[in-house]
Amino acid sequence: MKLLTHNMLTSHVKGVVKGYPLVIKATEVKVNELEFNAQFVSRMIPKLEWSALIQAAEWLGQSQDLPSTLIPNYEKDEDFLRKVHRILLEVEVIEGCLQCPESGREFPISKGVPNMLLDEGE
Amino acid sequence: MAPPEVYYNEEEAKKYSQNSRIIEIQTQMSERAVELLSLPEDQACYLLDVGCGSGLSGDHLSEVGHFWVGVDISTAMLDVALRREVEGDLVLSDMGQGMPFRPGTFDGCVSISALQWLCNADKKTHSPPKRLYRFFSSLYSTLARGARAVFQIYPENSEQLELITAQAMKAGFTGGLVVDYPNSSKAKKFFLCLFAGVSGVLPKGLESEATDRSVSSQAQFTAQRSRFKNMKGKSVKKSKDWIVEKKERRRRQGKGVRADTKYTGRHRRPHF
Repeated sequence: MKLLTHNMLTSHVKGVVKGYPLVIKATEVKVNELEFNAQFVSRMIPKLEWSALIQAAEWLGQSQDLPSTLIPNYEKDEDFLRKVHRILLEVEVIEGCLQCPESGREFPISKGVPNMLLDEGE
Repeated sequence: MAPPEVYYNEEEAKKYSQNSRIIEIQTQMSERAVELLSLPEDQACYLLDVGCGSGLSGDHLSEVGHFWVGVDISTAMLDVALRREVEGDLVLSDMGQGMPFRPGTFDGCVSISALQWLCNADKKTHSPPKRLYRFFSSLYSTLARGARAVFQIYPENSEQLELITAQAMKAGFTGGLVVDYPNSSKAKKFFLCLFAGVSGVLPKGLESEATDRSVSSQAQFTAQRSRFKNMKGKSVKKSKDWIVEKKERRRRQGKGVRADTKYTGRHRRPHF
């Protein structure tokens, strides 16, 4: 599970109001290399919940030097875009779980795949 | 018929990585679905693949340069996708329970041969209309305004089609059904094209060249298809551009190549 996906994932259990952001408890993390696409990263930044991304990076010990708030004119800053590219697309949680901040319900992650299957009634 | 998470066990899942006919058909349908998405040209988009399975459709999305997230209910199929090292992120999830993503996340959605599974009541507690509605309403929310969702489906009958479209409309979608090759029982394909937030013009279905003469608009759409280059600057595999380029390459290598004529790379009926 890449952090870009994590930034979009939310608990969809019925009745849960604040199912985002899911708390990451990782037991295995991998860092890969992926071709940098500045345009894509730039376009995704406005869609992100920036504080949730920073927090996720901290949980994984990968905050490096990402600013806690978005800098203006980030589209022109290639250094910054590369840092965002790395944290969004190159860091992957392989094993662990995601926890709902409201209910505490856990969604396990196995082989990089989060299990979002709900039980009857959820 | 068993529910999808049982039907797509390891043995069935293996077919999706080994059977070349299945792979070919799924890839063709994925190409057509992406075409129908009408995404802005030369832009890497963030897409959702519903019922991504072993990642055959996802591979096409990556080939064309997009980033994607796939959801599927079968661990066996997702295991195949992992072994095939697909580029998209995978999520184990039941589409009838809704899409677990924030509003406005995706630029588009594709789904190949998956939606009809929602029409079966696999458990006593399942109500197909409720599950369809939960799926469509959560999908509507998670798509960006103006985004499209394209579903390749095999509808069993008109009741099933009506059930699906009714719940989609109830969830706020506009759009309709695009039928390719309506006169060929073998080649006929159904694509449900849904628009989130904006009314769009429904694309025309593909027609077999032998049957339809009055086709200037149809031909235009077909020509557009083969001209599509992907983000990496390469022609989409098997398109007319790709064929012409490959022939040039082989000529440069000094290999014998047939001359280019007006028939080169012409779209042929699927039985070829």
